[in-house]
Amino acid sequence: MPGEYPSVVAVEEVDDAELQPVEEIPYDVDHIRADFPIFARTVGDFPLVYLDSANTSQKPRVVVEAIEDHYLNHNANVARAMHMLGAEATEAFEGARAKVARFLGARRSEEVVFTKNASEALNLLAYTLTPRLGPGDEIVVSVMEHHSNLVPWQLAAERTGARLRWFDVTPEGRLDVDAAAAQGLVNERTRIVSIAYVSNVLGTVNPVSAIAAQAHAHGAVVVVDASQAVPQLPVDVQALGADFLAFTGHKMLGPTGIGVLWGRYDLLEALPPFLGGGEMIETVRMTGSTFAPPPHRFEAGTPPIAQAVGLAAAVDYLSELGMDAIAGHEQELTGYALEVLGGIPGLSILGPRERVARGAAISFTLDDLHPHDVGQLLDSRGIAVRGGHHCARPLHERFGIQSSTRASFYLYTTKAEVDALADGLEYTRRFFGAGR
Amino acid sequence: MKVEELYQEIILDHYRAKHHSGLREPYEAEVHHVNPTCGDEVTLRVHLDGNQVRDVSYTGLGCSISQASTSVMSDLVIGKSVSDGLDLHEEFLTMMQSRGEIDPDEDRLEDGIAFAGVARFPARVKCALLGWSAFKDAVVRASSSKQEERS
Repeated sequence: MPGEYPSVVAVEEVDDAELQPVEEIPYDVDHIRADFPIFARTVGDFPLVYLDSANTSQKPRVVVEAIEDHYLNHNANVARAMHMLGAEATEAFEGARAKVARFLGARRSEEVVFTKNASEALNLLAYTLTPRLGPGDEIVVSVMEHHSNLVPWQLAAERTGARLRWFDVTPEGRLDVDAAAAQGLVNERTRIVSIAYVSNVLGTVNPVSAIAAQAHAHGAVVVVDASQAVPQLPVDVQALGADFLAFTGHKMLGPTGIGVLWGRYDLLEALPPFLGGGEMIETVRMTGSTFAPPPHRFEAGTPPIAQAVGLAAAVDYLSELGMDAIAGHEQELTGYALEVLGGIPGLSILGPRERVARGAAISFTLDDLHPHDVGQLLDSRGIAVRGGHHCARPLHERFGIQSSTRASFYLYTTKAEVDALADGLEYTRRFFGAGR
Repeated sequence: MKVEELYQEIILDHYRAKHHSGLREPYEAEVHHVNPTCGDEVTLRVHLDGNQVRDVSYTGLGCSISQASTSVMSDLVIGKSVSDGLDLHEEFLTMMQSRGEIDPDEDRLEDGIAFAGVARFPARVKCALLGWSAFKDAVVRASSSKQEERS
């Protein structure tokens, strides 16, 4: 409604029909790939083999078209324009919020805050959850965190005098919950536990629910970095038992420039503002201001409107395929890749070698070759992977290595692409004269 | 663009058998340079004798390009005057920033001309410059600490 701010679309108002997965249709990768124009590209004489989806996913045509349609036919600012286009844009933006809420199993749309990415969502929490922390308080993360779920908490600890502690990993790359229990890592001093749901390097799926229960028993708040989980697995925030959950749009077929912070409404409501500005206020006087309720309290300035529209289209696309089917496809593919890569001499996989509780990212070292050399040779055959520390430097240090090469799969990846990777790696070894 | 243009035989030879590697005494300056995007690292020492570069020793982790480039650099600058060493750095830098547009002077850069192909891969230019930048930094530090001693 123009002018009636803040308008939020209730979860129940989202059309059910388009969210129901069609169970009878088998998962058809070739059919899915036809929705992604970029897969028609070639790299020199080679077809593109895109194995860098944990970095960012490719986009189906429907997502790009939804953004185009918004800009070409419905563009206006949201929540403040008293005209038809303003109403359409507001409805699209708030409709996207409701759709995301529904996708996550959230109780209400107001639990979904749009940010610019997962990093901003985590920074928002690291600022607003910590003003009252001080010496003697503890924040717990893990050694496998992406820098975005580590550095904000390091800064918070420096600011407040709280102590930052962390879960270690086992040699196999699982979270070392036994060692944590033995040392009393989570205890009565713990105020915040912030942990990755799925590791972006190891692929490990962490036992978030069990950790949440343990943290809650000590009165701590639980934050989950689900950037690698929401794109790959069915995520139900209520079943998970966490208090807050952050992820980004561009890894789940959506555009860049939009992230999501989900939080339990009562907890969001108790948080102070993060960024100040337009549309996050209730009343502003020169002597002070009062603030809007969540989610708008945390959305200062013009939000990522077109990006929200794109993200909603991505959520529709994922829902149509069904997150269970997507997870199943990735599980099968990851199992196949672990088998194939495991057979390459000189290749050593970081993280779990069996596909149990494992996401579709496989990091590895190849002989003593530097990942940039591996990546360059693979790129010369059209294969896109990532090389480096993948924004998880402490984890690499923990394993005594400087960097690794990572291949990551998604709903559109094929077994033939895994085979191309294996061939490319054999070629790389020969090129650099492996075994020299 | 063929990957062989990037990985010239000369580069692979230096990568497989690095010249002057390892850290040695004596030295007047030691620097540690990192390429934060890929995590390549080099620790490099210079030993100056008056105005002459007597030794460059180094240890590091990195890709074949950065390791080979550091090896080639040490070959070039050891035994040269400080100012000639810095001039060589400048000439190598110019070649690397040329996107492969200029013909390098083989009499001056010797094995270093093999990196002309790397200049066509913008993502790898920083790799080739890591050891050179560390050398320049170390020489500047060694020279300034010597001046302080004199003053």
